[in-house]
Amino acid sequence: MARIIGNLLTSHVPAIGGAIAKGREQEPYWKPFFDAFPPIRRWLAETRPDVAVVFYNDHGLNFFLDKMPTFAVGAAPNYRNADEGWGLPPYPPFEGAEDLSWHLVESLVAEDFDIVTCQEMLVDHALTLPMKLLWPDQAWPVKIVPICLNTVLFPLPSARRCWQLGQAVGRAIAQWESDARVLVMGTGGLSHQLEGERAGHINTAFDRRFLDSMLDSPDWATRYSINELVRDVGTQGIELLNWLAARGTLGLQAAQELHRTYHIPISNTAAAVQLLVPAGG
Amino acid sequence: MPRLIRTQLSQRPAMLAQRQIHTDIPGTPLFDSRAARKGYALNKMCYSFNDAANRAAFLADEAGYCARFNLSSEQRDAVQSRQVLKMLEAGGNAYYLAKLAGIFGLDMQDIGAQQTGVSKAEFQARLAAAGQRLAKEI
Repeated sequence: MARIIGNLLTSHVPAIGGAIAKGREQEPYWKPFFDAFPPIRRWLAETRPDVAVVFYNDHGLNFFLDKMPTFAVGAAPNYRNADEGWGLPPYPPFEGAEDLSWHLVESLVAEDFDIVTCQEMLVDHALTLPMKLLWPDQAWPVKIVPICLNTVLFPLPSARRCWQLGQAVGRAIAQWESDARVLVMGTGGLSHQLEGERAGHINTAFDRRFLDSMLDSPDWATRYSINELVRDVGTQGIELLNWLAARGTLGLQAAQELHRTYHIPISNTAAAVQLLVPAGG
Repeated sequence: MPRLIRTQLSQRPAMLAQRQIHTDIPGTPLFDSRAARKGYALNKMCYSFNDAANRAAFLADEAGYCARFNLSSEQRDAVQSRQVLKMLEAGGNAYYLAKLAGIFGLDMQDIGAQQTGVSKAEFQARLAAAGQRLAKEI
């Protein structure tokens, strides 16, 4: 049976891509964020995942408001990146883990999750930048399953539902007849807000409590409504739903933290990177 | 009397069943049904800017391009004013508006400064100050 080797959780703001493109990783502004990744890359070289399941949110590359799925699961043989409006060169395509995609689709619907299945799907910076951070040479050694959560058009799925989705994905991976080693990623956050007079909002106390909760009380954030989360972490900080879903795949078991970076600011964001593995395994 | 069936769902805390409409969070517009209905044309135009040819067409003839997408007069004025708060008021969504901002070469600190009424340097200093407070706490 397949096995989840860990959760890799990271911010994904577009400015990271700009910093990489301009070679600014070691400048004082960016260094505290980029320094998170060399130890994580060493861990990846040792653990050699075969597949990455990535919980992320699309920012208007693949999905528009004409059709906005609450949860969308990729089931494509490959996934392309494309121009998101800023004319940046796209990253190379990703190979899809089709067998796992369809296993997840079937398992989730069997568990009463009314997901949308996508046999074609463009993936935006919320997926490509974390991949680039993990594998800078862009020779992606993993096949992927993208799982997109709606954080754009209200109403958004509740924190509780995102956690439950993650739990169901975790159960399905555990039942997948494969010897694959699966890395589960969650991208976005932490606290930040782009729009309105409160633009620039950051909440370190909440972020740090949330990071702590990932270890031994991982469903802590499910006590909050979406409006309460927006109040606390901002309109884009709500992307922590992706972290919650990813952590849900390990369920309520405790996790061991192999790495944590929490740094302010990159762009308008409190940036965080966390690597978790199942405790005792 | 029909017997009430007690389910797991009935135990869901009322808070979580709350409808996500409007908000009294200061300075924080939610992209809810009201904004989505009002802003569809503007957001559809901004979504078109994923294509470089469309960005060029907008720059070549802004009024004509806005007309093609049937923007309301409020939306046309908001775009013309380059004021993000006005675009949000006209139903714009931050993620789509970011593509429009990109055409003008504005980054997120430009946008943040404009909306909060401070200079870009001041806006950046506020963010940096949050980082310095964190460094003291740890």
